[in-house]
Amino acid sequence: MTAILDDPDATNHRPVVPRLTLAQGSGGQLSDDLFISCILPRLGNRVLNDLLDSAILPGADRIALTIDSCVVQPLKFPGGDIGRLAVCGAVNDLAVCGAKPLGLALSLILSEGLERSVLEEVLDSIAATGAEAGVRVVTGDTKVIPRGLGAGLCISTAGVGAAGPPEVHPGAIRPGDLILISGTIADHGLAVLLARDMPHLRSAVRSDVAPLNGMIHRLLDEVAGVVFLRDPSSGGLAGVVVDIAARTGLHVTLYEKDIPILPHTRHAADMLGIDPLEVANEGKVVVVVRPEAVDNVLDALRADKYGKDTQIIGVVGTEPDGVCDLRTEIGGSRILQKPYGEQLMRIG
Amino acid sequence: MNSTSVQDVHGQTRPALARLRAAADKLVNPVRFMDICGTHAHGAFRSGLTTLLPPNVTLLSGMGGPACVTSQGDIDQFIDVCRRSGVTLCIHGDILRVTGSHGTLEQSRAEGADIRVVYSSQDALRLAAAEHHRQIVFAGVGFETGAACTAAAVLDADRLKLNNFSIIASHKLTMPAMRAILESGDVPIDGFLCPGHVSVIIGAAAFDPIVHEYHLPCVIAGYEAAQTAAGLARLTELVARGEPALENLYPQAVTEHGNQAAQVIMDKVFAAADWTWRGLGELKGSGLAVRPEYARYDARSRFSLKTPVAKEPMGNRCGDIITGRATPLECKMFGSACTPSHAIGPCMGNSQGACQSWFKFHRTRHLRKAQELA
Repeated sequence: MTAILDDPDATNHRPVVPRLTLAQGSGGQLSDDLFISCILPRLGNRVLNDLLDSAILPGADRIALTIDSCVVQPLKFPGGDIGRLAVCGAVNDLAVCGAKPLGLALSLILSEGLERSVLEEVLDSIAATGAEAGVRVVTGDTKVIPRGLGAGLCISTAGVGAAGPPEVHPGAIRPGDLILISGTIADHGLAVLLARDMPHLRSAVRSDVAPLNGMIHRLLDEVAGVVFLRDPSSGGLAGVVVDIAARTGLHVTLYEKDIPILPHTRHAADMLGIDPLEVANEGKVVVVVRPEAVDNVLDALRADKYGKDTQIIGVVGTEPDGVCDLRTEIGGSRILQKPYGEQLMRIG
Repeated sequence: MNSTSVQDVHGQTRPALARLRAAADKLVNPVRFMDICGTHAHGAFRSGLTTLLPPNVTLLSGMGGPACVTSQGDIDQFIDVCRRSGVTLCIHGDILRVTGSHGTLEQSRAEGADIRVVYSSQDALRLAAAEHHRQIVFAGVGFETGAACTAAAVLDADRLKLNNFSIIASHKLTMPAMRAILESGDVPIDGFLCPGHVSVIIGAAAFDPIVHEYHLPCVIAGYEAAQTAAGLARLTELVARGEPALENLYPQAVTEHGNQAAQVIMDKVFAAADWTWRGLGELKGSGLAVRPEYARYDARSRFSLKTPVAKEPMGNRCGDIITGRATPLECKMFGSACTPSHAIGPCMGNSQGACQSWFKFHRTRHLRKAQELA
């Protein structure tokens, strides 16, 4: 959950629409609008207002708490399924806040008529992913709602973790820090979009959905100099990096030529007219590190199967403008902004 | 690692830019070239090409994507039909956030209308075959490239005897619009960067009249940064030499006379008609109406849709931006009342639109400059 406005001027002019649109749940600027104009005024408090992926609850034990809802369609897609997504979403949200997962709470909202075998397959996937991540489902709730009211199967997963040292926080970012990504971008969002909207099309694009807690905790335990972590899920890499610039008020430069992307993913994005920088990832982490620590961080991440393609992709500058500047492959530049709403296929 | 960078796979952009700079050095006066398809402008912004152009070469965003020129009246008809009971409207994502007289299709969807974003008219056809109990309406928006596909879908529906498929044609023709821009008075254009995809259908020769009648160079180019840069370099060379010529830099896809099979299909289903463009008003022979033989696939008659009378919003300078008379920053609504999430002009609502490209890729930079000047 992130909500940083990079463009308050424009937001002030946005009319309040009486009914929610899909775009308001996309993780882009419209999601931020909803959060800031509707949710925070009613529920905001010191912990929530920090807008981190997990809340670090005050108290001696430093408990981390997060929740993540999965409404993905189709339930199975190349590279993953809703069960694996439900575990990874919560586990990764804990991990990027430096918290080790202690247990998961699972809320299943099932539609009348759902085939039992589908549910069983999803639960098996939850169990297998939980085993990989080293975390179990320790409590839960199951509801069946009348046919037609839901999408078949929705999952909310809450995760509780033991928070690590408090240094991993956007407030610690300073000029000169380097920005890394743990591998190729845009695979998850495009795999799901293709499976959902173009089921007749065969594609090599596979979701990257994976639990990153093992890799992240080894990194934090073994290497000093990691300043901030965030998983670039909805809103994509652009969303995270624009947030970093906005939160720190510093100029962030990103180098397009260094951003890893698989050729077939890039081609799929080009074909659909979608910017891969704005597409969701579910098995990647953006890491901000002190420059002197970067070699050790690269070694630690690349030693893990989920981080073998880690690259340095950007740097935090000194200019206090809060802008993220993408240096393009051909040597030009453009300002990066958060995506507005959901990804839309353009006229082909 | 099996990965490549995001842009410029073939590394052709730098040599093309070098040629462009060399040609620009020979210019006496600054030049302004206009693109016809928003994909050129969008690609130029996205790749950073616009920040690398010589100071005396400007790329004007012309009509933008097809959604940019879809009139409020056409959007009103889309909204009218999607609110009918039993109707599913299939659209390209571009027009979801374009405003009609009363709101957008996105709002209609939130209010319960069944609107599906599809990639092509064939997706809509597949849906019609699968969901017999629903009326599937395809919103045909686009220039010749899209029009040919919509026409093919109509012929397929006829062959498959699908009586639950129809279209609202809002297709537009490129040449009448180019003529309209040139005829609209004092338009400061030194040449056209012609669209690769449209040219695949209409053929390179279609642009001959622009060269002969208006003495402006036309260069057909693809949409990669390298191809766009090469197109601009060639245009600049032609201007520097005073040679208004037509050149095809996209010969791997564009032939002299285009895709004649597609032209036949289009002509079978559609006839040219006067059409209203957002920002440009009604242009003679610039749209495509469904021929009477295929009227049963025309949603306008199937659902007795009213011919809309829609006014353009006040203060909106879409027309000036489309014809190159103003940049988006000169529009009072730009970035305040009109933003990508609340687009009044379609050039803002559409990712190919000039205004959204400016807003997304340059706005902060330009605002900062403006503040510095103030």
